[in-house]
Amino acid sequence: MSVSYAGSIQALKGIDCEIPAGQFVSVVGPSGCGKSTLLRAIAGLIEPTSGTLRVAALAPAAARRQAARLSFVFQDATLLPWRTVRGNLRLPLALRGVARAAQDARIAEALHMVGLNEFADRYPNELSGGMRMRVSLARALVTEPELLLLDEPFAALDDLTRQALNDELLRLWGAQRWTGVFVTHNIAEAVYLSQRILVLGPRPGRVVADVRVPLPAPRSAELRSQAEFARVTGEVADCLRRACA
Amino acid sequence: MKPWSQWLWKVALPPVAFFVLVVAAWQVATAFWQIPAYLVPSPARVVDAARQHADDLASASMMTAAGALCGFGLSLVAGTALGLLFSQSRIIERSIYPYAIFLQTVPIVAIAPLVVMWFGNGFGGVVVVSFILSLFPILANATAGLTSVPPQLVELFEVYNATRWQTLWKLRLPNAVPYLVTGAKTACGLSVIGAIVGEMFAGYGAEGFGLGYLISMNTGNLDTAYAFAAVIASTLLSIAIFVAVTSAGATILARWHTTTTKTSTTP
Ligand SMILES: Nc1ncnc2c1ncn2[C@@H]1O[C@H](COP(=O)(O)OP(=O)(O)OP(=O)(O)O)[C@@H](O)[C@H]1O
Ligand SMILES: [Mg+2]
Repeated sequence: MSVSYAGSIQALKGIDCEIPAGQFVSVVGPSGCGKSTLLRAIAGLIEPTSGTLRVAALAPAAARRQAARLSFVFQDATLLPWRTVRGNLRLPLALRGVARAAQDARIAEALHMVGLNEFADRYPNELSGGMRMRVSLARALVTEPELLLLDEPFAALDDLTRQALNDELLRLWGAQRWTGVFVTHNIAEAVYLSQRILVLGPRPGRVVADVRVPLPAPRSAELRSQAEFARVTGEVADCLRRACA
Repeated sequence: MKPWSQWLWKVALPPVAFFVLVVAAWQVATAFWQIPAYLVPSPARVVDAARQHADDLASASMMTAAGALCGFGLSLVAGTALGLLFSQSRIIERSIYPYAIFLQTVPIVAIAPLVVMWFGNGFGGVVVVSFILSLFPILANATAGLTSVPPQLVELFEVYNATRWQTLWKLRLPNAVPYLVTGAKTACGLSVIGAIVGEMFAGYGAEGFGLGYLISMNTGNLDTAYAFAAVIASTLLSIAIFVAVTSAGATILARWHTTTTKTSTTP
């Protein structure tokens, strides 16, 4: 599968891979190599220029309409400033036509998941950056997605907040087992979260390495200091360095 | 010093002092050079005229306010509706927008007599002139607000398979609200000017008369003091409407939780 933008910029070239349902995959690669482009193609926001891309055996745009519930977490929180936290979480449910009574229950649940119960009636400009990102995550989860695409969601956050949200994401994935595609610049974050890491080379992006992460399932913060964690992190970093050389 | 008394000294006092000074100089100048009252009446004469014609000035102000508010209301509705149309179709926007700009550049005094001829010599004609003059700022800001939605939010709506109608209703229209507030602030002042210009060409007949009529009639009769009083009444009317619209806008913006005021970048 390849994607070119107008003005003959080729963003992705010959991407060939398969992501099984329920897998959490991270995508790492140098800036501008087409990671966001890959996610937007999977979401059906842009179409591949050549080759085929299938989500649940359908073209991506058709898949999100008919087959797989999709959620997208952008790099910025992208909340509607005129809606409260609760109102922002209601948005995707209303767009999906979920009944009002069911909406309230789901919103309460999602708020609980990200620990923002007390802030339900605040507006986005009254929240910190980390809290806004949590709302964005809750908004993605409130529709109970089967496919969750995350584009550097924690890039703008400090390390501590990022690690807390990593743990949260890991716990949620453990409980709900959606298929996750997670774009990040942070290799340690990719190793900590995922079962598999795709390393993209510089533009036009292609998969230069497909690394399995053989770390056991219930992962926690101590993992970061273990030898196996360091080995996988080193391996991914090596692949990335070789690809960019 | 308490904050409010400090405010009184630093913010309110200088313009008031300046006003008193100018009025005093004006009074002295008319007496000193013995300027005839039909050219420049002294402030005392203007006050006299205002007192003498207080009832007529008040009813004329009400009349003009009614014309201006109807024109302004029409602009709000029509400007927003046209903006909605433009936001849905680039072709329609491209074909009609240039004429909206054209309408704005036509000197209103030149077309007011025509408008009066077409829409009747009465309230209708006045409202139409006021509407024409105040439409553009609403239209320009509504269009800007409806079309300048952050692209990521548009993609967010697409991811959730939002219909065109849902995107318009839940994203574009709310996004346009701060822009509309900005447009309304400009338009409300123009609507008063439009109503007064309209009244100079269209009388209300038996229904009564507005400030525009009082200004042109009394200038013609060389009752300059009365004309001055009518001009001052129009200014006060403009200020009153502007303050009302601005505070309504501030209330709405506070609910919208956007910190900055939005403006259109279109001409
Ligand atoms: N809308 C667009 N029109 C034209 N070219 C684009 C567009 N979006 C991205 N590109 C180009 O495609 C290439 C890949 O962009 P993309 O945003 O996918 O990179 P990325 O890997 O996400 O980068 P980053 O890590 O900095 O976010 C870049 O060279 C960029 O210039
Ligand atoms: Mg990107």
